[in-house]
Amino acid sequence: MKKIFMIMLVAVLSMAAVFASGAAEDSATVSTDGSTSMEQVILSLAEQYMADHQGVNITYNPTGSGTGITAALEGRCDIGLSSRALKDDEIASGLTQTIIALDGIAIIVNADNPVSDLSIDQIHDLFTGAITNWSEVGGNDAPVVAIGREAGSGTRDGFESITGTEDACTYSQELTSTGAVITAVSQNPGAIGYASLASNLESVKTVTVEGVAPSEATVQSGEYKIQRPFVFATLTNTPLSDAAQAFFDYCTSADADAIIAGAGAVPVAQ
Amino acid sequence: MNLRTFIDQKGYGNNPRRLMEDLIHLVFLALGLVAVGSVLVITIYLVVSGLPAIFKIGPVEFLFGTRWASTASEPEFGILPFILTSIYGTAGAIIIGVPIGFFAAVFLAKMAPRRVREVMELCIGVLAGIPSVVYGLVGMTILVPGIRVVFNVPDGATLFAAIIVLAVMILPSVINVSLSAIQAVPREYEEASLALGATSTETYFKVTVPAAKSGIFTAIVLGIGRAIGEAMAIMMVAGNVANMPSLFKSVRFLTTAVASEMSYSSGLQREALFSIALVLFLFIMIINAILNVLKTGGNRK
Repeated sequence: MKKIFMIMLVAVLSMAAVFASGAAEDSATVSTDGSTSMEQVILSLAEQYMADHQGVNITYNPTGSGTGITAALEGRCDIGLSSRALKDDEIASGLTQTIIALDGIAIIVNADNPVSDLSIDQIHDLFTGAITNWSEVGGNDAPVVAIGREAGSGTRDGFESITGTEDACTYSQELTSTGAVITAVSQNPGAIGYASLASNLESVKTVTVEGVAPSEATVQSGEYKIQRPFVFATLTNTPLSDAAQAFFDYCTSADADAIIAGAGAVPVAQ
Repeated sequence: MNLRTFIDQKGYGNNPRRLMEDLIHLVFLALGLVAVGSVLVITIYLVVSGLPAIFKIGPVEFLFGTRWASTASEPEFGILPFILTSIYGTAGAIIIGVPIGFFAAVFLAKMAPRRVREVMELCIGVLAGIPSVVYGLVGMTILVPGIRVVFNVPDGATLFAAIIVLAVMILPSVINVSLSAIQAVPREYEEASLALGATSTETYFKVTVPAAKSGIFTAIVLGIGRAIGEAMAIMMVAGNVANMPSLFKSVRFLTTAVASEMSYSSGLQREALFSIALVLFLFIMIINAILNVLKTGGNRK
């Protein structure tokens, strides 16, 4: 009987110790919600930040830019993540955008495709179906197979608005993830697609656009044309919680640049 | 009625076991109601969230519009391509899958030696257990490039690829249901036929199969139900472009139309996706109704 009592006492004490140490730290949660393209960037930032600040928990909900913006607007998250600039009506409805990084969109073709440089006009024609054979742009005699993302994707929106192909693309496939696009392009000798520069592009060939290869330097300087911003969307009139504001400040500071670059995106030039 | 008289009336006072029995019945009833409740919640939710967009777009434009451009500056929400793709895709899968499944069932029930049958039944069980994403993955990496090379088309992600994947996916249910239907045919029918001098093959196809007819129809309808509701596997092989269906073109099914755009959708686009789900739900309800009619018809015999 005494033994059982001792065991229970030890158990209660150790539980109390666990809870006490948890309560001693100030625990706070910062929730982010939105763009799947920003996953690598936001998770790397969160990981570093949480390592530096004990007790702060940063959550990320990969839903998509549109959902993230809505979530920020409705107060369901602290920071909405969008991989496109906010639209005017979204800003008018009470959101502020802060660009934390830039993302180059790489134009990818099959590794066996001899074409290595395309102009924006050629890319436009390849995706709209005005050019149907690679021989028209100096390649092999092979049909062009345009592979893109689904309607609503931030990458698709970014690509189409930059190349002027909104609602005009004749896709052979509309896939729901960057990885699927890369796989499809790597399997079809006539394929052309687009993918975030932050993704793993080893299995395909990245073409230069108007002579400029996508890289951190060319995106930052604006030389590489096909790029889009990574945006934090926050409420204009409601201040962030202290923890969220601290994380926000960290992400926009120069300290975060190395992390952003490590995640494959391009830090904003300070 | 107060509690006292209730207890007296039921006789719980002098019979505690009866109280226990009734309590257990209540618990089981509640558990049974979970399923009923789920169906009700899903139905009501789908109708409430799916109907408004249909009327905003216009029922005729929605159901018979041939162009789907949900994020265009002037969006169009015509789902006829999805409806036709779902119908063609399912029909194709049935045309290819049902004969294979049916003859496999006849073979298993009547001709296969015991060892062969055991191995085949094991394989069919495994086939039924493979998750649809695995079908999709294999289709994407083997079938799609294969179709491109064999049929010499620019891209293999087509309706045809989806039909092949669906045909394989419905095989287990077609085989299993046809098999039990054929096995349920009384032995005497076959013995009578054999005694009259028919060969065994004649007996199987002229006596056994007609007698198992309603079970085989059930298998077909089950196959239709499985094929029309599949999303993951065909999303990976069909290309997902909202074209009017054609065998070697990239197409989008009702299921994949919902799944592929849901994550980034907003506003009327999102509402229209619920409307597509509602249309799909109606299709499934009709198929279930047909299935019920077939089953009761089979029992009455």
